[in-house]
Amino acid sequence: MKLKINIGAISEPLQSEKFKTGDWGTEWAVVDKEKCTACRVCEQFCPDGCIEVVEVEGKKFAVVDHNYCKGCGVCASVCKYEAIRMELKELFKLEVC
Amino acid sequence: MKKVVRGFYSVAYSVKLCRPNVICAYPITPQTEIVENLATMYANGELENCRYITAESEFAAASILVGASAAGARTFTATCSQGLILMSEVLFNAAGMRLPIVIVNTNRALSAPLSIWNDLQDSMALRDAGIVQVYVENNQEAHDMVPQAYRIAEDKRVMLPFMICMDGFKLTHAYEPVDLLEQDVVDSFLPPYRPEVYLTTKKPLAFGCYAPPHVYMEFRVAMQRAMERAKDVMEKVFKEWAEISGRDWGGHLEIVYPDSKNFVIAMGSLVGLLRKVVDELRSEGFSIGLVKLRTFRPFPAEELRKNLGSAEKIIVIDRSFSCGYEGNLSIELKSALYGTNPEVISFILGLGGRDIPKDFIKELLRNSILGREKSGFKGFKEFEEVIP
Amino acid sequence: MRFFGRGHGACPGCGLTIAVRNVLEALEGKCFVVNPTGCLEIISSQYGRNAWGVPYIHSLFDNAAAVACGISEALKALGREDEGKVVVLAGDGATADIGLTLHGMFDRNHDVIYICLDNEAYQNTGHQQSALTPFGEATTTTPAGKVLFGKMGRKKDMVAIALAHGSPYVATSSAVLPADIRRKVKKASNIEGAKYIQIHCPCVTGWGIDGKDVVKVGNLAIETALYPIVEFENGKLITVRKVRDRKPVEEYLKLQRRFRHLFTSPEGKKIIAEIQRIADENALKYGIDLKK
Repeated sequence: MKLKINIGAISEPLQSEKFKTGDWGTEWAVVDKEKCTACRVCEQFCPDGCIEVVEVEGKKFAVVDHNYCKGCGVCASVCKYEAIRMELKELFKLEVC
Repeated sequence: MKKVVRGFYSVAYSVKLCRPNVICAYPITPQTEIVENLATMYANGELENCRYITAESEFAAASILVGASAAGARTFTATCSQGLILMSEVLFNAAGMRLPIVIVNTNRALSAPLSIWNDLQDSMALRDAGIVQVYVENNQEAHDMVPQAYRIAEDKRVMLPFMICMDGFKLTHAYEPVDLLEQDVVDSFLPPYRPEVYLTTKKPLAFGCYAPPHVYMEFRVAMQRAMERAKDVMEKVFKEWAEISGRDWGGHLEIVYPDSKNFVIAMGSLVGLLRKVVDELRSEGFSIGLVKLRTFRPFPAEELRKNLGSAEKIIVIDRSFSCGYEGNLSIELKSALYGTNPEVISFILGLGGRDIPKDFIKELLRNSILGREKSGFKGFKEFEEVIP
Repeated sequence: MRFFGRGHGACPGCGLTIAVRNVLEALEGKCFVVNPTGCLEIISSQYGRNAWGVPYIHSLFDNAAAVACGISEALKALGREDEGKVVVLAGDGATADIGLTLHGMFDRNHDVIYICLDNEAYQNTGHQQSALTPFGEATTTTPAGKVLFGKMGRKKDMVAIALAHGSPYVATSSAVLPADIRRKVKKASNIEGAKYIQIHCPCVTGWGIDGKDVVKVGNLAIETALYPIVEFENGKLITVRKVRDRKPVEEYLKLQRRFRHLFTSPEGKKIIAEIQRIADENALKYGIDLKK
């Protein structure tokens, strides 16, 4: 089957979503939904747009999409309720001899 | 409607009839009057759905047209020489992005030394870019070529920039009788520009993406294929134009006296002079024909090979050269004729507007047929280079 | 559709992408983005990995402003102006050095929002100095050595250049002030003409900081008056972000690898003093210090 290329190297929108950059970092952002007030400041700061406020059973809080979270730590640094912590991924908790 | 007009007016008038949407202007001799005429038409409200922009450089002019063309507008600019070379980065880019920008290049020599006079070096420097190049012989052909340029460039099978090359001063500033086209004739020949992809919020797309090694090559091969398809598209458009206008300019080549043993081949306004010279030589008894090469890119190699492969002698007249090798047309013709047997003699003349008198060139051709001339630069004074 | 997708190739903590997301949010995605060569273009517009959800064009390094003018004029000629605003997202090198087709855009006052994403060097090619690199910074083309200690030229004042061209709206902002970015972009979108907004974007890789320090460093740039946050409308200064208890420049400089040489070389003290002088000059010029 022939390869299809778009004329003039034009690309369709949002193809980057295929690439799960969540495996980049050593840490992931994790939200403590009890402390989160859904102020949405983290949403405005995330360079990757992977933290979003959702509503579950009447409670609003931020959720991090670990498919895309690169573990940069920006959200944790702006959350004034200290509701976000950067947690080391399981893989990196292993001791290296 | 026949009028006696200067070349630049015939081009500007034709551009107006093609209903451009964005025109960019930057002055450079000898094309300035083309954009001046368009400015006058614009100021008089004669250009509908059009925006005329006085760009701050040719580089900016070409860049503005890239944006405009990508957004779906029909675009035009005119330039030459230093301006063409300055916008070369953008023109290579536009060809790769497959944008059908139409440019009129009023062939002028390149600096240094500075020269405002005519030779073909400027457009030759852009032959690798992926731009269709056609050389016109007179102002009527230039006038006729503009609508054909848009038809060819905007054809879905082509989608490449188009450069109409006309000799600076010799054509642009010459008064000639030109049968100016009527708007309804151009409208019936040239539909509005409707690109299949363009920048719009209704269908967001990313133009000009970068391509790593695993995919870049395919895009460049695609450009070559588009050029090859352009050969066919151009022939069909030329034929259709001949029927509509009653003026048949031929195909990629025009051959006069095809059964001759010897041929002289040239491009641009020089062909007009050569028609007379060839007739005079024939009346002296020489078997000589004329080949007018109209399309330089895509280079009509097969046609040249078919028509000239069995000639005895071919005399190439170049008005530009690849410094370090030889005349551009000579190089390309010889590669097209590889494996056939004609003797090829190549002359480089007329650089920087150096006059090519009729008797001089007649003598040159006569001597060439008689085997008394060697290839090289002709019509210059021998010199010694000194330090002042 | 999202305006800017996830899965793009930016460094973790990239300031550019924070700014871009807020710009697109402010325009509600009704925009045409023109983006010259640079970090943003490379991480977001590889063929087949396009991160943009809005119409986008990358042309060349040096002609973003001119291409944007072309789009703006084409929309006018075709009667499609209400489809969206034309916005340029260009780096500092592409704006202040190679990209001076910018001045044609100002001169003819095309309806374009020109946003300079200022990470203070040519970061994509590995941190070379540009016209917007501040005084004293070590880059790979102005490194700190035995005889020379970083960039000795000054940071080009693009705001003054935009004002000199008579731009109807000129502002600066920072990636660490997302609400400020949105307010200014929205305001610009309601003004006709060639507008200029310069956004300070911390660069983790180039500045030598960690993702978790991005916001702290970005804020310190403002709090030391090294990056004044100002707003001009029709040439008049209308807002300035004032600072109470302005901090000394060392607090900002010592956190970044690009200024580390100032603390280890003997010339360093003189350069820090000069940087402090620049900060003091900014504070005086714009009235940044909050009077007690």
